[in-house]
Amino acid sequence: MSVKTDRGRWRRRARANATGWAFISPCVVILGLFLLIPILMAAWVSLSDWQGRGSPLASGFVGFEHYQELLSGQGLASKDFGLSIRNNAYYFLLVVPSQTVLSLTLAALVNRRALRGKGLFKTAFYFPSVTSTVAITTLWTFLFSASGAVNAVLAKLSLDGPNWFNDPRGIFHLLFGVSPTPAGAGSAGFLGIGLWDWLAGPSVAMCAFILMAVFTTSGTFMLLFLAALQSIGQETEEAALVDGASAWRRMWHVTLPLLRPTLFTVITLGTIGSWQVFDQIYVSGHGSPAKTTLTPAFLSYQSAFVDQQWGRGAATSFVLFAVIVVFTLLQRLVTGNADPTEERPRRRFGRSRRRSS
Amino acid sequence: MREPRRRSSLAGGSPRARWAIFVLLVTAAVVYVYPFVIQVANSFKTDGEATRSGMSLLADTWTTAAYTTLFSGSAFPRWFANSVVVTLFVTAGRVLFGSMAGYALARLRFRGRQAVFAALVGVMAVPGVVLLIPKFLVIRELGLYNSYPGLIVPLLVDAAGVFIMKGFFESIPVSVEEAARIDGAGAFRVFWSVVLPMARPALVTIVILSFQGSWNELSHFIVASSDPSLVNLTKGVAQLAGGGLGAGNQYPLKLAAATLMTIPVAALFFIFQRRIMNTSAGAVKG
Repeated sequence: MSVKTDRGRWRRRARANATGWAFISPCVVILGLFLLIPILMAAWVSLSDWQGRGSPLASGFVGFEHYQELLSGQGLASKDFGLSIRNNAYYFLLVVPSQTVLSLTLAALVNRRALRGKGLFKTAFYFPSVTSTVAITTLWTFLFSASGAVNAVLAKLSLDGPNWFNDPRGIFHLLFGVSPTPAGAGSAGFLGIGLWDWLAGPSVAMCAFILMAVFTTSGTFMLLFLAALQSIGQETEEAALVDGASAWRRMWHVTLPLLRPTLFTVITLGTIGSWQVFDQIYVSGHGSPAKTTLTPAFLSYQSAFVDQQWGRGAATSFVLFAVIVVFTLLQRLVTGNADPTEERPRRRFGRSRRRSS
Repeated sequence: MREPRRRSSLAGGSPRARWAIFVLLVTAAVVYVYPFVIQVANSFKTDGEATRSGMSLLADTWTTAAYTTLFSGSAFPRWFANSVVVTLFVTAGRVLFGSMAGYALARLRFRGRQAVFAALVGVMAVPGVVLLIPKFLVIRELGLYNSYPGLIVPLLVDAAGVFIMKGFFESIPVSVEEAARIDGAGAFRVFWSVVLPMARPALVTIVILSFQGSWNELSHFIVASSDPSLVNLTKGVAQLAGGGLGAGNQYPLKLAAATLMTIPVAALFFIFQRRIMNTSAGAVKG
């Protein structure tokens, strides 16, 4: 394998470059044309006064006016934006941990060798993931309607179910039994939203969407965890078993560290996904009730395509972009330093070169 | 949860713990599947009955009116055909290009690899809706607006798929590939006849995710065309869910549409399901 001459090495490297680019170029061309160029155009639109007619490149430059409009805390645009950030922040905080823990738990339970009917369980858990958001939102509005199936089940437990998709009350306000608008609240705040409203929690309507997200995504992530668990194989576990480790300790100290790359993928995809809530809002109610299910993603679309405020719409999406980047980096920092072992444990075979170097 | 697990061994633990887990899993499975049973059952009811008693599975008045309306009184068949065409092309593209790019990033050493990977991660973090406005412009600029290529080409590569494939290729052993390379096989040959067969579990995942992703895509189709003859299922049913065809809640009609649009992705999953259980374990053992 060793390369003896410089010329040979150079030739090898040139060939490796050509091969690499041959493999990656379709991906680069399509993503460049339909992702990178549009992003640059959107960046320009967010700084311009383009009104949706003619070429956006011919429109006037207005600087950071649209961003100011959003972040100043003054006016309706900023208030809507603040609301959408609050709604989506609660959505993110509740969805990502729930879907990660649930999908990992399901995968670990289904992966047990002794389990009978494995295929059936996998099918059941994955099934909600195959449906489109459009279809599932249609079903959800039916299940969570005032006299729907969910409230029928709650009634059997002698609980009085809310009118889910028409209930704008924040669940923290409900939990502590406080008024949604006490005297003196809502004056000062961040992004035009008072502290009282920031702490309201997700509205009852948003909770229905949160449940829907966990319901529909846990199956996909369970599959990713299962693939990883199967590739870890059982030898590793058997070795730990011979050492006398309990199931819980095996999971925590042997399996989980080996799952770290997958865990990282799942949390990253979950974080990015949970800040892009659009389809379900488009299908049901466009942010109602009382804008408590309004999300930045939908707000951006609405500003541009409905209100014809293209600059503000583009600016909204860039702030959202920044939010996603910040949360992804934060998550990377947290999950990256959570484990004391510096070197990621790899699979039993291969990668031996890496260890020796 | 903790108790039964701690007691269990690899063989499955004490019978009682095994039963506890089994019952837990069965309960969870019912929670996951029952909503869809309700969905199908209510699509065969009358509007009034579905609204009144959504929980019951047996209709007092059994009717297929919802399905008849969809097939003869709406553009539903057209939406369905459009979704089929778009999804087949997009899935083929995503599987091929995604696995190629994932392999290149995981295994091949070439100049610019780091930059491409960084760009990919960056691109993945960009919210899709950031792109709605300018994607519309690029599609129009390229003359693809209101055409099938406009619906298909922008979706041909999915950064998340590349990311997943890269992760998978990094987790499988290099030894088999190295053996093939020592035998004198070129990079494409190694990729096509050695790496891809080994990557089957990941490929199946990608096929499922791609098919699902493009079949279920909504926002791209909202901006890529305005032609009623190019409306696909998600866009069509979203309009239906928002307005319906006439008065009332029309739950049966909406649920029937939701059921029909779920069938192809469900069928695909059932076909590929058995393959998911096969793993790459054992490739190096021999």
